[in-house]
Amino acid sequence: MTETKINTSRTENAKKILHEVYDPEIPVLSVLDLGVIRSIREVGEILEVDITPTYSACPAMKVIEMSVQAALDQAGLGPVKINTVLDPVWTTDWMSAEGKVKLLEYGIAPPQLSARIKNLSLGNTTISCPQCASTNTVCISEFGSTACKALYKCKDCLEPFDYFKCH
Amino acid sequence: MSSANPLLDFVLIHADNSLILSQRLSEWCGHGPVLEQDMALTNIALDHIGRARLLYQYAAELDGTGKTEDDFAFVRDELDYKNVLLAEYPNVDFAYTILRQFFMDSFYIDFLDKMVLSTDTRLSQIANKSLKETQYHYKWSKDWVIRLGDGTEVSHQKIQTALNRLWEYHGELVVPSDAEKIMIAQKIAPDFEEIKALRTQRILETFAEANLTTPSNPWQQSGGKKGYHSEHFGFLLTEMQFMQRAYPGLDW
Repeated sequence: MTETKINTSRTENAKKILHEVYDPEIPVLSVLDLGVIRSIREVGEILEVDITPTYSACPAMKVIEMSVQAALDQAGLGPVKINTVLDPVWTTDWMSAEGKVKLLEYGIAPPQLSARIKNLSLGNTTISCPQCASTNTVCISEFGSTACKALYKCKDCLEPFDYFKCH
Repeated sequence: MSSANPLLDFVLIHADNSLILSQRLSEWCGHGPVLEQDMALTNIALDHIGRARLLYQYAAELDGTGKTEDDFAFVRDELDYKNVLLAEYPNVDFAYTILRQFFMDSFYIDFLDKMVLSTDTRLSQIANKSLKETQYHYKWSKDWVIRLGDGTEVSHQKIQTALNRLWEYHGELVVPSDAEKIMIAQKIAPDFEEIKALRTQRILETFAEANLTTPSNPWQQSGGKKGYHSEHFGFLLTEMQFMQRAYPGLDW
């Protein structure tokens, strides 16, 4: 039976490396901020990383997987095996607090409510403008430039902006 | 055409529903009435491709003859597809597209919610992943049914026309096929009667709010789940499968 180990110097190093691996569509968020890395462990000689998809068809997932593999290989932490896991399903609740701040600074309104109270998050939430912080905003489209975002407009500063949907 | 494997049949019904609906929605790419709705249509198409992939990957494992997800999507013949006739119905116009989407979403929102409790772990996980996406789709299609129905004289007339035409296609989703009946008995699939009741309520409430007249004709089309498709389907497959038929095994 192969031994599984977590919290080793190799897995800790891998975490440090993954802080520098960014989402290709939202380049201020690391894969750790995004909450898609579910587990990093040593199984015998192999470093196994579990990744969960954000949206089932998000085209960025393949790129994220390849970037994770490449970054860990380059850091000499291989051999690496990437597993895709569906359960438990990804939620914006897993986005780190730093990630939400980085999103806001980047001009994307971060997810506002816990996805667990999902029915409240569908359309009835007040979203603050990331440019001027006004709450006088309106949803232009539930579907935005990527699967995870909705399109809003601020009625005070008149800037359109993306909102990272609760999911 | 039912195979000896009812679980595989069941998975294919829902994989094909997503793939074929997605193909239809993607025909709107670059042709949406406004940019935001063009993006909405293609975003929904993308979610359905993702769902179809998860289901075809499972189907390939269940099939066990070495087929891949792409074989199921691109090199089967018309009779092998098990999607409902509604999914393949042409876009016609924005009103038809909205109504077709609303009929699909008003089924899947409750179906997926109950599928999370499936005794099949894999299907439960896929349902859980898809449910949140369908909740967004449902909100969008329902809002548009109301907006068009309760909008201008022209928008009302267009969506009422679509409703009169598509009404006979909405029922097939909630009538279990032979494979689905076996799945219900094994608690892999949920009770369709309960889903049908929930869906009828959603439909009637929405049409009332949209000032639409619900057709009284009880007769419903069927056949898609058995592989008997409409005259539109061959054209859809010809376009969708062209690349793999012309250049078998072509890869990016």
